[in-house]
Amino acid sequence: MSSDLDVFVGNTTLIDEEVYRLWLDGHSVAEAVARRLRGGVLEREGTSVAVLQSDTRDHYRTFQMLERLLHAPPRLLQQLLFQIPPERQALLVQRYYAFDEALARELLGKKLSKGTKKELDEVSARTGVGIRSCRRQFDNFKRVFKAVEELRGPLAENIQQLFLLPPALARDYAAIVFFANSRFETGKRRLQFLSFGDFAACAQSMMAHWSQGALAPEAAEPDGDLPKSFLQDLKELKVLVSDKDLLDQHKSLVCSALRGKISVYNELEANFKALSRALVNVGGKLTHARDVRDFFVDLVEKVIEPCRSDKWSPGDLRLFLTHYTAAPRNLPGFRHQALWERYMAAISACLLRMYHD
Amino acid sequence: MPGKLKVKIVAGRHLPVMDRASDLTDAFVEVKFGNTTFKTDVYPKSLNPQWNSEWFKFEVDDEELQDEPLQITVLDHDTYSANDAIGKVYIDIDPLLYSEAATVISGWFPIYDTIHGIRGEINVVVKVDLFNDLNRFRQSSCGVKFFCTTSIPKCYRAVVIHGFVEELVVNEDPEYQWIDRIRTPRASNEARQRLISLMSGELQRKIGLKVLEMRGNAVVGYLQCFDLEGESGLVVRAIGTACTLDKLSNTSAFLPACNSPSKEMKEIPFNEDPNPNTYSSGPSTPLKNQTYSFSPSKSYSRQSSSSDTDLSLTPKTGMGSGSAGKEGGPFKTLLRQQTQSALEQREFPFFTLTTFPPGFLLHVGGVVSARSVKLLDRIHNPAFVGIMGNTRSYKLLDWNSFNSDEPETRDAWWAEIRQEIKSHAKALGCHAVVGYSESTSICEEVCILSASGTAAVLNPRFLQDGTMEGCLEQRIEEASPPGCGFCHIPYDELNMPFPAHLTYCYNCRKQKVPDVLFTTIDLPVEAIVVGKGCLIQARLCRLKKKAQAEANATSISNLLPFMEYEVHTQLMNKLKLRGMNALFGLRIQITVGENMLMGLASATGVYLAALPTPGGIQIAGKTPNDGTYEQHISHMQKKINDTIAKNKELYEINPPELPEEIIGSPIPEPRQRSRLLRSQSESSDEVTELDLSHGKKDAFVLEIDDTDAMEDVHSLLTDVPPPSGFYSCNTEIMPGINNWTPEIQMFTAVRVSRLSNINPTNQTLNKNFNDLCENLLKSLYFKLRSMVPCCLCHVNFTVALPEDELVQIAVTAVAITYDKNQALQANKAPTEKSQQRASTDNEEQLQFPLELSSDPLSSQPFSPAKEALEGASSHTGIPAAQRDRCNSWIELIKLKAQTIRRGSIKTTTSLEKASPLAEGYLRHRSVPSGTNSTVSVVKMTPLSFLPGAKITKYLGIINMFFIRETTSLREEGGVSGFLHAFIAEVFAMVRAHVAALGGNAVVSYIMKQCVFMENPNKNQAQCLINVSGDAVIFVRESELEVLPAPPPAAAAQPAGSAGDVTT
Repeated sequence: MSSDLDVFVGNTTLIDEEVYRLWLDGHSVAEAVARRLRGGVLEREGTSVAVLQSDTRDHYRTFQMLERLLHAPPRLLQQLLFQIPPERQALLVQRYYAFDEALARELLGKKLSKGTKKELDEVSARTGVGIRSCRRQFDNFKRVFKAVEELRGPLAENIQQLFLLPPALARDYAAIVFFANSRFETGKRRLQFLSFGDFAACAQSMMAHWSQGALAPEAAEPDGDLPKSFLQDLKELKVLVSDKDLLDQHKSLVCSALRGKISVYNELEANFKALSRALVNVGGKLTHARDVRDFFVDLVEKVIEPCRSDKWSPGDLRLFLTHYTAAPRNLPGFRHQALWERYMAAISACLLRMYHD
Repeated sequence: MPGKLKVKIVAGRHLPVMDRASDLTDAFVEVKFGNTTFKTDVYPKSLNPQWNSEWFKFEVDDEELQDEPLQITVLDHDTYSANDAIGKVYIDIDPLLYSEAATVISGWFPIYDTIHGIRGEINVVVKVDLFNDLNRFRQSSCGVKFFCTTSIPKCYRAVVIHGFVEELVVNEDPEYQWIDRIRTPRASNEARQRLISLMSGELQRKIGLKVLEMRGNAVVGYLQCFDLEGESGLVVRAIGTACTLDKLSNTSAFLPACNSPSKEMKEIPFNEDPNPNTYSSGPSTPLKNQTYSFSPSKSYSRQSSSSDTDLSLTPKTGMGSGSAGKEGGPFKTLLRQQTQSALEQREFPFFTLTTFPPGFLLHVGGVVSARSVKLLDRIHNPAFVGIMGNTRSYKLLDWNSFNSDEPETRDAWWAEIRQEIKSHAKALGCHAVVGYSESTSICEEVCILSASGTAAVLNPRFLQDGTMEGCLEQRIEEASPPGCGFCHIPYDELNMPFPAHLTYCYNCRKQKVPDVLFTTIDLPVEAIVVGKGCLIQARLCRLKKKAQAEANATSISNLLPFMEYEVHTQLMNKLKLRGMNALFGLRIQITVGENMLMGLASATGVYLAALPTPGGIQIAGKTPNDGTYEQHISHMQKKINDTIAKNKELYEINPPELPEEIIGSPIPEPRQRSRLLRSQSESSDEVTELDLSHGKKDAFVLEIDDTDAMEDVHSLLTDVPPPSGFYSCNTEIMPGINNWTPEIQMFTAVRVSRLSNINPTNQTLNKNFNDLCENLLKSLYFKLRSMVPCCLCHVNFTVALPEDELVQIAVTAVAITYDKNQALQANKAPTEKSQQRASTDNEEQLQFPLELSSDPLSSQPFSPAKEALEGASSHTGIPAAQRDRCNSWIELIKLKAQTIRRGSIKTTTSLEKASPLAEGYLRHRSVPSGTNSTVSVVKMTPLSFLPGAKITKYLGIINMFFIRETTSLREEGGVSGFLHAFIAEVFAMVRAHVAALGGNAVVSYIMKQCVFMENPNKNQAQCLINVSGDAVIFVRESELEVLPAPPPAAAAQPAGSAGDVTT
């Protein structure tokens, strides 16, 4: 005796978190049933496989109907079709937009295009995230990207408004959008030691310190793009390395401040000019889209790796960056202190975050 | 011209994209009422149009107001081709027609299309200005209130319970008109929806007229059904109980209410007729021409339908012989005569109520039922009703004959059945039938009409001038113990209508009671029950040869008695197996299909303290001298005994032991009997009474001499008790549990299964059917496991046989959680009750800080968000920690919700100013704890109440009929996906209508019909759903009590605003 039709509809929509998880992970009904069986529901509830199948199918149908609404979470709040308590709505949204960091790491800085979507098979194999789940997460990234691409104001807040995500998750999405927009290279071998969290933190500090919104909330440009004028101004900072006097004075200021305070003083003294040149030039290159891509590569190659080979401790780096940033204040003839500090705030934050094994 | 209907179209949202090129829609709205249509401007290029239209005004008769639905069509404007319809909203404006209910309908309605389902939402405001019309000959019955609830609604008091009202309307089904061949499915569906809406409006109006004639002001237990008879048409019929209700001006106190209706009654001159047995034959339309004049103790005049062919069945013993009880003889006699007199002047002393005011129900006789098999193609020809003739006539488009003949025929059919019921009741010594209901099952041209109820003796006071106080006095005089009085037999002991085994009541030991009691009503509140109750079902299949017309009807008629007998035996056995002695809420459904009949009986078993302890079940084999066989038998016996013992423990049935001597009743023989009187009649053929007692042998000795019987015993034992933490019943309340928490979950589950047997036999079919029901129940328990401990209440199964070998089962029920810690105590001591209340209060207080929101627009003025949250936290079962984590961004969502709503408020608040609702909203907003949610929560329940809440206002009846069709079944997720979406849509539309009326719940919700048809080969499916219920405003009891000074004023507000218009 087979059941052709089998539905259960509650006035309050039943949401089973376990089944939702399985659905989000991209399992088919049969796989989901198998997993639930392994979870021992049968023994706990004393029910039958048929019941479990029917239950799973019901939930899957509900989720499929809900998916359309999850694409625009504010609609989930307004819709009349499913009566879902606010807490559950929040849970549905949060889980739907939650992503695997391994996957996000793979996609950081890539164009969220059809081409990338086609490569998801490999990504799925590398990260161990199911292909269906990969596609859903990719679509989420793309949907969020499209929605906020043209919007003004702080990226994370826009995302939070439009997708009703918890603040932390919204900030992560902001980072993803920021990377997709600026197309930073993150896939190089020497960048492999950096996690999604590292990049997200970097993106957040960059947006926090550099974006238009950071200075004027009513900014004309979207947060995802770094303001052109700011990037243009960064060229002015080159004076710090191109002017021999300034460079020497800068070095002596930093060295005198740090003498005896850090363990790698000699190395610092030897490498100061190279480091300073690297730190200033990274900023100077940001006006060219092609060079922007190399931002993280440069930081790693020219700052992090030399320091690491000289066995700087994170504390050393922190101390150095503090004094390196502060010193130009006392440089005669250097008129870009505000710009410099704005620039270095993000760079320091990035470096400190990235400085690990 | 006594009414002005005003409609304003405010805005739309989430409209579908109608123009592929721009991905936008140029929407406008047509507002139609009767033959008048208004249009809004086109709002170009938007999926969220803001029409903000003027007030469209319709000046109409109140008759039209009652019949017609307001029809709102949303269209996409197209310059070059025809405008495309997006969808429609039908709004029943009936709730605006009586002053006590809603004053405005305002809110977001889902835009519904029969092909695409819900496509966006539209915000509409509807008002009605009614002018008083004192025309005596008016055809409208505005002002009569309708309730689906089968008890006296909570904030009313019954002044008089007048009795049975019924009506039916017949029309041709648009689906079967010739035009259907050339019009689109959409047009055909819409024609059908509109027609049914019209017909139910008309029906309600006609019933209202009857109520006014009876000098009532309300219909309680209103049940309206559709018979889709295919070629032969569409019948909409309704039954109900006419009452005069008084609004309790303050819901918490019994104030002396104005008795104007009853006063009016008294003004009518008595028709003093010395001869109580004068029958004057009146016109066949019942009720209409009766004079409602009688006095409590005087004689009466009676006019009744001439069709009293059954009078010969009136029990020969004098009703008031007093032999039934040794106590209070003469008084009782008088009482009986009064009741009789009060009732007999009515053609049908039936009551659709299942719960009664205390003291109303004096004695209960037992279940009475009647069935009749009819051939639908005969309706055209009343002379050949039934299966006597040989000619078949198909109806053509003959509207005149159609309209004139058919209702008559249908009326006659039902009248016949009702007469039978009445005579059965009389045979049980009862004057009235309570818990009365009617149903049909149609397969092609064969139709089974069924009616059933519970024969009872009622207190006459309620039926006449209804002074409740007097009635209470009387009850004291009568000295019938309240806890068991209703169990005492109403019939004459020496002249019993059927063999029964009587004992003295185990409670009062003064009067006789039967050994088992079957009823269709809810367990009376005052009944003394031991332990808990449980859902008991009897399930049965019978194969039938495929046949045509007369042969088919004959074979069905022949099968019916056997089915009834078997259903009854099963019920009896299952009852015994659970160690119980009474069934409440019994509903036997017999469904006819092409090649089989199915019987499904559901009831709630309980142990009534007044009735004797049931005996066990003995198994006996017929072939002795066979060792292994004997062994097998004793094995089975042991199993049965074990089950009984286990069940007794499970349902906590530990009746106080009574020494036999105390009972001291002459126990003639250990024979067990039941009372289920019923009959089959096939057209006008005379009924043969079927003795349901098992001949001479003891009913509870099961003889297993053949495989059939073996199967029976096996099936007895296959019923699995619900998992721990679950109870189930099909009555309103679960006997033995009274500490409900406010968390409820109403649901509908539908299953269609194929009984795929090449050579099906009755046994295999029975087993399949049994498994199907058991699995469905199991599946429900699993689904709702997070609510444990809980009880499934009002479990309502409906069986349909849509095609060969296909069985469709639909279940609607509500799961209610209860407090386990106090679940053990069955006593309903008031102290305990208050204790429970306190505990729920605490719970709610705990949840208070988490409280989310109520929509200001949503007319949940006083029980805001708590509701939402309770539902939320309870359904979710999220651990608290996690909840906290969510909280911060829930805040955000709330904020978001507020901003979203603000836009819409702007447009509507100004409109609502006049309504008390808006005032409530404003007041509510000033309360700091008021928070917001996007969509107001609307609770739905098949019960007449909400646990832990007080219903403060009834806003009107919800009666909705929807058709959904698809030609892309696979794309919509197959049959399950299609139906799942449709049921969800129906819920959504019900909720939206309730919210627009200002309500926050639907009580007495019922899905009366769910007809599903599919054609997988064509990738098509169609489904019709009919639902009804009462829209209400409820307030959490805890809120009434917990909130300090100002809120009580606010809380009293809806009651007050409603009360001041009480006539």
